[in-house]
Amino acid sequence: MRDRGETARAIEAVWRIESAKLIARITRLVGDIGTAEDIAQDTFVAALKRWPQSGVPDNPGAWLMATARFLAIDLIRRRDRLAEKQAELGPPADSMTVDYVAAATTDDIGDDLLGLMFMACHPALSSDARVTLTLRLLGGLTTAEIARAFLVSEVTIAQRIVRAKRTLAATNVRFELPDRGERSIRLASVREVIYLVFNEGYAAAAGDHWMRAELCAEAMRLGRVLVVVTPDDPESHALISLMELQASRARARTGPDGEPVVLLEQNRGLWDRILIHRGLAALERVAQLGGSLGPYALQAALAACHARATRPEDTDWQRIAALYDALSQIAPSPVVEVNRAVALGMAFGPQVGLDLADELTTVPALTGYYLLPSVRGDLLRRLGRYGEAEADFIRAAALTSNARERTLLLRRAEECSQAARHGS
Amino acid sequence: MRYMVMHYSDDAMEAGAPPSPELIAGVGQYMAEASQSGVLLAAEGVQPSSKGARLSVEGGKVTVTDGPFAEAKELIAGFAILDVKSKDEAIEHACRFAKIVGATKVDVRLVTEF
Repeated sequence: MRDRGETARAIEAVWRIESAKLIARITRLVGDIGTAEDIAQDTFVAALKRWPQSGVPDNPGAWLMATARFLAIDLIRRRDRLAEKQAELGPPADSMTVDYVAAATTDDIGDDLLGLMFMACHPALSSDARVTLTLRLLGGLTTAEIARAFLVSEVTIAQRIVRAKRTLAATNVRFELPDRGERSIRLASVREVIYLVFNEGYAAAAGDHWMRAELCAEAMRLGRVLVVVTPDDPESHALISLMELQASRARARTGPDGEPVVLLEQNRGLWDRILIHRGLAALERVAQLGGSLGPYALQAALAACHARATRPEDTDWQRIAALYDALSQIAPSPVVEVNRAVALGMAFGPQVGLDLADELTTVPALTGYYLLPSVRGDLLRRLGRYGEAEADFIRAAALTSNARERTLLLRRAEECSQAARHGS
Repeated sequence: MRYMVMHYSDDAMEAGAPPSPELIAGVGQYMAEASQSGVLLAAEGVQPSSKGARLSVEGGKVTVTDGPFAEAKELIAGFAILDVKSKDEAIEHACRFAKIVGATKVDVRLVTEF
């Protein structure tokens, strides 16, 4: 038998596990997120009142769902009575009737979760609003937790949530599961939001608040849920594959003093084998579904090339170059081109990489981007053109805003300068 | 944080009795639920100890003993690795698993991360 303190903690845990499903189901029943969240909150309060006396029910998820449904019906009855008095309110939305809520039974909860994802990531919302609503409704994070993660005030997040709900209401966005064409566009938005959350956490420097790292964990949890609710979508599998593979290197990315460690110099023994295994398995699923050429699939395949190499020298650079080539065709970007130059330099020799890097120096979007002179400097150094390499490293150092990166680049420049003097 | 949830064997499992259809359905249901929560990283069940072996090391000398081993209740029957936010969340998942599969003893252990 659990004591009161344990029961309170058990309720927290049940809430963490059930809240997204609960909000998703109620949103489907009543149509809008605001009402659903209110009902979910009331349900949670009911559990806090009842469970310390009655004990945690045998099937807590079912208890919460039944209570929420009861509260939804109650709310609708009260609203309908009010509407009768004030007839000008008009008829309720289709889903918002007592009969509908009472009749809806155990449909696939996966569809409910997917529908809620679509709502939270709706195109009518700004990117910030999508991220916030997703973390709040599907991640079950509190306003305070989201605020800490994004290093903004709680008030800002609270306002963002209020405004997002208002936008959804104003544009009359209801729970829906769009068909094919629309569905793939909306799924792309869901994936974008999840990956944004992941990168927000992944890009955080070591020593940042732990909540930032928590964002990675949350994004991966959402990504894992997404594959369960869209099992036939290759890009969903590709997204989780990419995140698992990137996260597998988290422990090796920084040295003992928090300094960044570049991929080829990482201690591969620190890479997380479970995540690598999961990432590679997800990528295999992508191939089975025939989606190996999607944007996330190509990025995941790139990450997999590194994950498969036990030692840096085992890296399949020709494959990496080919993947960057494919990526630059379906999702062209100057940054992809810079990485392609690196891959070409590793696969076919520094001159081949340098040819591309030279071309890129005229691309306006790359002016001021430190990685290009850094990559070019490296290729020049490998060709023994130390003077030019030194100049590029110095240029790169001046462009980066990261102090540790700058130190590293200036050290490279100094090494080149010495090599030039000794003519070696 | 990661937790390893382990459940223990019983005499029937050790005797090699095939799992009942109810048990298979229960495990399936639990796996589906855990996957839908996004917390399940890995899970495996193991065969009776008669199909395994135990190593004992004394003074650098390794002795290999083939199964079966006595005391079914002290043998692991399976494990799951969960990625959760708190120990309570891990316990709640373990509770559900224990109820569904009818396990009599389940350990919830924090995985070392460095």
